[in-house]
Amino acid sequence: MYLYDQYDQTMVDARVAEFRDQTRRRIEGTLSEAAFRPLRLQNGLYLQLHAYMLRVAIPYGTLSGAQLSVLGDIADKYDRGYGHFTTRQNIQYNWIKLDETPDLLADLAKVEMHAIQTSGNCIRNISADHFAGAAPDEIIDPRPYAELLRQWSSFHPEFLALPRKFKICVIASETDRAAMRLHDIGIRIVRNDAGEIGAAFYIGGGMGRTPIIAPLIKAFVPLDQLITYSEAVLRVYNRYGRRDNKYKARIKILVHELGQEEFTRQVEAEYAHMQTQAIEPPLAELERIKAYFADPAFETGLSEAIDLSNPDFARWVRSNTGAHKAPGYATVVISLKPIGGIPGDATGDQIRVMGDLAKAYSFDEARVTHTQNIVLPHVKKANLFALWQALVAADLGTANLDQITDIIACPGLDYCSLANARSIPLAQKLSERFADKAELLGELKLKISGCINACGHHHAGHIGILGVDRKGVENYQLLFGGSEGADTSLASIVGPGFTEDGIVDAVEKATEVYLAQREDGERFLDTYRRVGVTPFKEAIYG
Amino acid sequence: MKIVTGNDLKTGAVIWWTGESWSIHVNDAVDVADAAPVIAAEEAARRVNGAYVIDAAATPEGIRPAHIKERIRALGPTVRLDLSLDPTATPDRVL
Repeated sequence: MYLYDQYDQTMVDARVAEFRDQTRRRIEGTLSEAAFRPLRLQNGLYLQLHAYMLRVAIPYGTLSGAQLSVLGDIADKYDRGYGHFTTRQNIQYNWIKLDETPDLLADLAKVEMHAIQTSGNCIRNISADHFAGAAPDEIIDPRPYAELLRQWSSFHPEFLALPRKFKICVIASETDRAAMRLHDIGIRIVRNDAGEIGAAFYIGGGMGRTPIIAPLIKAFVPLDQLITYSEAVLRVYNRYGRRDNKYKARIKILVHELGQEEFTRQVEAEYAHMQTQAIEPPLAELERIKAYFADPAFETGLSEAIDLSNPDFARWVRSNTGAHKAPGYATVVISLKPIGGIPGDATGDQIRVMGDLAKAYSFDEARVTHTQNIVLPHVKKANLFALWQALVAADLGTANLDQITDIIACPGLDYCSLANARSIPLAQKLSERFADKAELLGELKLKISGCINACGHHHAGHIGILGVDRKGVENYQLLFGGSEGADTSLASIVGPGFTEDGIVDAVEKATEVYLAQREDGERFLDTYRRVGVTPFKEAIYG
Repeated sequence: MKIVTGNDLKTGAVIWWTGESWSIHVNDAVDVADAAPVIAAEEAARRVNGAYVIDAAATPEGIRPAHIKERIRALGPTVRLDLSLDPTATPDRVL
C-alpha cells in the first residue's frame, strides 16, 4: 500500500501544527466560532448532537495493521471506546473534545493518516472498490489512480471552495462494488478495442434529496490525461455550479440543468484548453505510485480445499468469503453487523484485533467497505478456519454478508444534528427480527437513512428506509427496488410511512411476498423487478 | 417554558443554562424570558458554542424538551444508554 513520501508527511504534520494553533486561538477567544468553524470542518471536526465528531480519512478504504491499531487506540484514548465505520470508507469518532483534537491528529499523523478534507465544500476522500488488487474480475488495481487523484485533490487551491462537497470513486471491473455511479465523478478503468487502458467518466451521480445515477460523459480518457480531464470537469463545475441554493449546488444538478450534451460540450472545451497547460503529472509519478500497490508475495501451489466440517464455519465461509485472483487465496469480509448490534461500530479492542489479523493473515492489509464492514483482501484458504476462530472470539464472526441483517444505517438522530429520525434502533430491531431468516432470504440489501441526505444509501437499497419527522414524531418511509451494483437503480417509495414497529412488520410482509413469489435463483430485487410493486403493496397495506 | 442549550466549547458536551452557569443536566435548566443577552454574553465568554433557545415543559419527572431531538440531546444516544447521564433510562424516555 502507499507510503507517505517527505512531502506527504510534511504537509500533514504542518496541518496538525496549524490546527493546534487555530484551536488554541479559538479557546483563548481570539478566533470566533464563525471564523473557526470552516477551519475545524476542513480538518474533519464537526459539532454533532452530543459532542464534537471527528471523521478520519481512509483513502480508498485501505489500511495497514498498524493504522488499524492506532485507530483502536484513538477510540480508547480520545473517545468512549469505539469508532464508527462510515458509508464512504472512513471512520468517525463521536465523543471528541476540542482541546484534545490536535493531539489526536498528531497521533494519526504518526501512522500517515489525517482528517483533512473529510468535510467542507471540497473534494472528499477518494473511494474505490474494496476488493481492489484481489478481485479476479478487475482489469487492473484501481488504487494507484485513486492515489494519484488523492494527491491532486489534496489542498488543490482551486477546489477548496467548491459550490458543494465533491465525491470521486474509482473502480476497475465490470461489477460495481463501490456505488460508483452514485458519486459526483465515478471513474471506471476500462480497456478499449485497441487493448489500451483508460478511464470512463460517469459524472453527476449522487443520492441525497435528488438521487441521480451518473450518466456516462466520456467513454475513454487516456490514463496520461486522467488528472487533466478531472481538472476540466471540476473547473466547469466550479465556474457554473450553483452557489445560491445549497440544495441545488451539487454537480448532478448542473449536469441535469445544462443537459448532458451541453455539459459535455463545456467539459470538452475546458479539456482542450487544459491540454495546453501541461498540468498532467509525469507518468513516472504514476509508476512510482503503482510500485506501492504491487501484488504481495502470493504463495503458489496452494490447495483450494477448505475443511467445511464445522457447520458454523461453513456458513461463514459461504457468506463472508469470496473469490480471489490468486489460486489458494480468498477475500474475507468481517461483518460489523452482529445481530442486534449497531451497524459499523467497533470497539477499540475489536479494531486492534482486526489490525492484528490483517498482519497475521492478509499481508498487513485491510479495507473499509462502503457497506460499513472490513475486508481482509488476501487470506490463504488454509488459514480461513484459524482466522474465523479469532474473529468469533472477538465477536466479529457474524455470517451475514449482503443478507438482510447486513444493514447499512447512518448514525441517525441518535448522533447526527441533521437527522430527522433514528436509524440505528430500527436497524437493531430488523436485525433481530430476521436473525433466523436471513440466510433463507439470500442477498437482500437493506439500507436506512435518518434524513433525506441519504448517508444510509436508502435510495440504493433493495429495501430502503427513510426516516422523516412528522410533526415531531419519527416516521419511516419504505422504498423498494434500489441497487448500487452493476444494475444500478434508484428505489421508489412504496406508500404511506410507518411507525418504527410498523415498518419492521411491513418489511417482514414484503419478505413473505418474496418467498412466496420467487423463482429459482431470484434475489428479492429480481422478484420485485419481475412482479412489480402491486403484490407487495397489497400485502403491506392490505 | 423556554430554556437555553448549547455545547461546551472545549468538550462539546451538551449543556443547559441554569440562570447562573451551565449544567449537563437538563433538569437544572431555568425558564428564560429573554435569551438573547444570555447567549451573547456566554458565547463571548467562550463558555458555550452554538447556544439556542428551545421549548420545554416542566413535568413531574423533570424538564422535558418539546422536540425529540432535544430529548435525545438531554439523555444521550438511545442506542448507547450505558454512555448516557442516566444508564437506568430506557429508550422510551425520548418518545
